[in-house]
This record gives sequence, structure tokens and C-alpha cells, in this order.
Amino acid sequence: MILASARAETITKAQAVQGRSLWEDAWRRLMRNKAAVTGMVTLAVLVLAAIVGPWLSPFTYDQVNKSDVWLPPLANGHLMGSDALGRDLLTRLLIGLRVSLAIGFVATFVSLVIGVAWGAVAGYVGGKLDEVMMRFVDVLYSLPFIFFVILLMVTFGSNIILIFVAIGAVEWLTMSRIVRGQTLTLKHKEFVEAARASGLNRGAIIARHIVPNLLGPVVVYVTLTIPAVILAESFLSFLGLGVQPPMASLGALIAGGASDMELAPWLLIFPSIVMVTTLMSFNFIGDGLRDAIDPKDR
Amino acid sequence: MLQYIGRRLLVAIPTLFLVITAAFFMMRAAPGSPFDMDRKLSPEIEANVLAQFGMNKPLGEQYVDYLAGVVRGDLGPSLKYRDKTVLDIVKENYPVSLRLGFFAIAIASVVGVSLGVMAALRQNKLTDNVVMTVAILGVCIPTFVTAPLLVLGIASKLGWLPTAGWNDGALANMVLPIVVLSLPQIAIISRLTRAGMIEVLHSNYVRTARAKGLPEAVIVWKHALRAAILPLVSYLGPACAGLITGSLVVEKIFNLPGLGKFFVISALQRDYTVVMGMVIFYAGLILVLNLVADLLYAVLDPRVRLA
Repeated sequence: MILASARAETITKAQAVQGRSLWEDAWRRLMRNKAAVTGMVTLAVLVLAAIVGPWLSPFTYDQVNKSDVWLPPLANGHLMGSDALGRDLLTRLLIGLRVSLAIGFVATFVSLVIGVAWGAVAGYVGGKLDEVMMRFVDVLYSLPFIFFVILLMVTFGSNIILIFVAIGAVEWLTMSRIVRGQTLTLKHKEFVEAARASGLNRGAIIARHIVPNLLGPVVVYVTLTIPAVILAESFLSFLGLGVQPPMASLGALIAGGASDMELAPWLLIFPSIVMVTTLMSFNFIGDGLRDAIDPKDR
Repeated sequence: MLQYIGRRLLVAIPTLFLVITAAFFMMRAAPGSPFDMDRKLSPEIEANVLAQFGMNKPLGEQYVDYLAGVVRGDLGPSLKYRDKTVLDIVKENYPVSLRLGFFAIAIASVVGVSLGVMAALRQNKLTDNVVMTVAILGVCIPTFVTAPLLVLGIASKLGWLPTAGWNDGALANMVLPIVVLSLPQIAIISRLTRAGMIEVLHSNYVRTARAKGLPEAVIVWKHALRAAILPLVSYLGPACAGLITGSLVVEKIFNLPGLGKFFVISALQRDYTVVMGMVIFYAGLILVLNLVADLLYAVLDPRVRLA
């Protein structure tokens, strides 16, 4: 009796040691990656600054100060200087960062939803439907996308919702390919067969058994899509098709700074630094996650 | 091979058709017309102008007319630049964009592959770390940041190169645009090459080559590289799309007479035919380059059979 309970205890202990999930493993590996941790800390600071920063500032992003035009950094309470209308650059930068990050997250979410649904259905159902769906993706792949995004912005006027949708609609293609590939390997696994044997319908199998199991590669791709989206929005703003003034985004600020750079280089330099830092943190996290979740690449 | 090329070109036709259709109706759905002036045209004049360009017909009929024109190789007249056809505009301006793009991708390939191979051969050593850090910077710094900063530093402050302009393609005017366009490509290409090279260097046939006693240089540059740059070749298509995006920015910043700047302006002015012409031009270019990439792939990798 005592022996049995002791044995039971050792068994539970052994299980406790073994019972580290895939995600815990990945997390440990991620934490050991200096670049990824640096990226996460930097990103946390940036997100916090974007959320809280504008409230703490004594200025608002669209507040015109006629007496404070073209001030260099640190002058008259403007830590990063001011622009041609005397607006505080730091405040505008924080708002711009908030807008860029929001677009990054939302548009990526749009691409995630479309891409995962499309890829999982194509991969799981297979056959003719798969062929048609993936052929459609192939065709879209070979289009000069930026033109269509530009056309969309021109057609419907640039509003922020449209930017989310347009960029999200462009970025889902790769996601759907990744998801389809994963689904193809998953669908012949035993647990899917068990689900099918127990009479679950296709929709439920895809939603409850396939999708949760392809999270790994999807998470990695998401962290790499966010910077791509931020870049795409900035590019549109740079061409004057993104968010409209007095609203700011990182791209819009850089565009404005580029046109005034002879007179006021700080208007170009500070937004550029923030932009590059943001993109780098995402890329470091993405690379770190890839190594952590998919260790065979190392 | 010829048969394969023929089939691919046939498949490209529906794709182009789709592109044309989508662009045509999107453009027409936009509010406003190319003939909106500051001063409103009198209804009679407006009717005449519309009739001159066949725009008084129903939209469906205009679409069929346009398609028929495209098939005959006629992209129509520009609605904004009088006396110029769309073909004139494309012909006059594409050499600038193409020249920049060609040099950028050529330089990026040579530099990127060399850096990638160097990094792979010294994996996890100093050279590798330096190259990969630079590469990640290159991926993260967008062209619209590098371009103004380089202009500010090298052209404005130091005065080594002209800040903008084309000057009939003088070398000095091309240096900065090409550098700006090629930097992100160098970064991506060197990462791809490094990853491919590391994998190939561990493969069986490289071990065989080593066992035969081949010199290391022959193994690396002749045997390994050929397989290592395969991912690079399939990157060629997207890379060209990236160059187009880049050239929109670069042409704007350096004020170059390329095609890119026409696109945004024409779209904003509702110059329907010019926008359509450019969409067709670029879509065709991307389709051809994707085909070239696939052909190259088959040439480099004897395991790939074109079917």
C-alpha cells in the first residue's frame, strides 16, 4: 500500500518533469534569445508610449502654435522640436506611432482571419476546391499589388478603415499558403481521424482541431506581417495616400520631414529612428519566435 | 521547353485579363472625371469631349472597346496629356525606371550573394554576425527613410553628388537612386543566400566533392552555390515587384522622369487610360519575370522538370 502510493508519487513526479508543453519549451528558447528579448522589451516600451504618451504631453498633435514655428529640439518645451505650424513633434510622433501600430495590428488581424480560413478550408477539403482556391491565390500573387492598393485609396478616398482592409486584403496570400501546407500534414493525423470517426462535421474539425494545431507557424508569420503592414501604410502615407493631415502616421511624418529636411532635419530624423526601431523589434521577435518554435532551422 | 513557355504565356492571358478588368472598373468607380476643371465646362462642350473619347457610351460597351483596343496593341490616348498616346508616355518614361531597376537588382545580386556566401562560410563567427546585423538593418530601414537621409548627408551637406534630377542619365545622378533601391534587396538576398548555403554545405554531394579532393573554392562557388541560390531565384519575381514599389518612392524623392511618378498623379487626375496602360505594363513585366525565374530554376536545378 505504502509502496504503491510511493510509486504513484514518483510517477506523478516524472510526469511533472516531462510535462513541459511545446509552448513552454518555445518560451524558454525565446527567453534565451537576446535579440528577441531586446525586441520584446523595446516593443513594450513603444506600445506603452503610444498608448499613454499623448495624454501626458502638454500639447495635442494638431495644436498650432504660431509663436513656436520651426523650433529645434529642446527649445521652449518641445523635446523634439516643432514643425512649420509650430506643432510639437514628440506629440505628433507618439500619435503617429499609435496610428501605425494600430494599422499594423488590425490589418494583420484581417489578413490572419482571411488567410487562416482560406488556407485551412482549401487544405482540409482538398480536391477540386483546393485547386480552384489556390489557383486564385496564385493569380493574385502575380498582380502588382501596390497599384491596386493605390487605386483603392484613390477610388474611395483615404480613410483609415479602408487602409486596414486594403492592406489586410493584400497580406493574406502568404498566410493562406502557409496554413494550407500545415493543414495538409495535419489532416491525416490520428486525432483528426478520431474526430471524424466520432462524427464531427467538417466545419467543427477545421475550427476545433486543425486551426489550433497550426498556430506555431502562423504566430511566426504574424510577427513578420505586422512590420510589413506598417511599412505598407507608411509607403502609402509617403505618397500622400495614407492617413490625412492633421492626423499623423510614421510614414506621413517621415514624408513631411523629408520635404523640410534642409530647414529642419529633426523632423526627418526622429520619426525615422522610431520607425526603424519599431520595425526592428518586430523582426527580432519574429526571427526569435521562428527559432524557438521551429528549432530545426537552427 | 518552348512548349512550356508557350503554355505559361497562355495561362498569363487570363491573369492579365483579370488585372485589366479589375483596374478598369475600380478606376471608373472613382468619383470625378478626367475633365473636371476648376471652371465647370458647359454641358455641350462636356458632351463633345466625352463623345470624342467614346465615354458617352454605356460603361460595358466602353470596357469591350477598351479590351478590343488592348488586343490590337492600342492603349488609347491620354486624357490629360493632349497629343500623347499612352504608348508614347510608356515608351518615353520606362527606360529610366528599367535602367534603375536593372542596375539595382544586378548590384544587389552580386553584393548580396557574396555577402551571403561569406557569412555562411564563417557561420556564427564575427563576419557572419556583422553581415547579418547589417542585413536586418537593411530589411528594416525603408527606402523612404534611406533616400532622404542619404540626400541630406551625402548630397546636401557634403555636396558629393547631385541631390535630385536625371540629367540624361549621368552616372552621378544615378548613384544615389540605385544605392537606395539596392540596399533592401542586398539585405534580403544575403539572408537567403546564407540560409541556402548553410543547408547545402551540409549535404551529401558536397561531402562527396570534398572526399574527391576538390579545392574548396570549386566546391563553394561551383557545386554548392548553384543549389544554394535556388531560393534566391524564386525570390526574383517578388523582388521586381519590390523594385517597382521602391521606384515609386525613389522617383518621387529624386525627381526622376520615370514611369512611377505618372501612376499616382494619373490616378489622382483620373487619367483612366494612362493608369490602365501602366497597370498592364507592370503586370506584364511581373508575369514575364516570374516565367524567367521559373526557367532559370529549371536550368540551375536538374531535379526540376518543367511540365
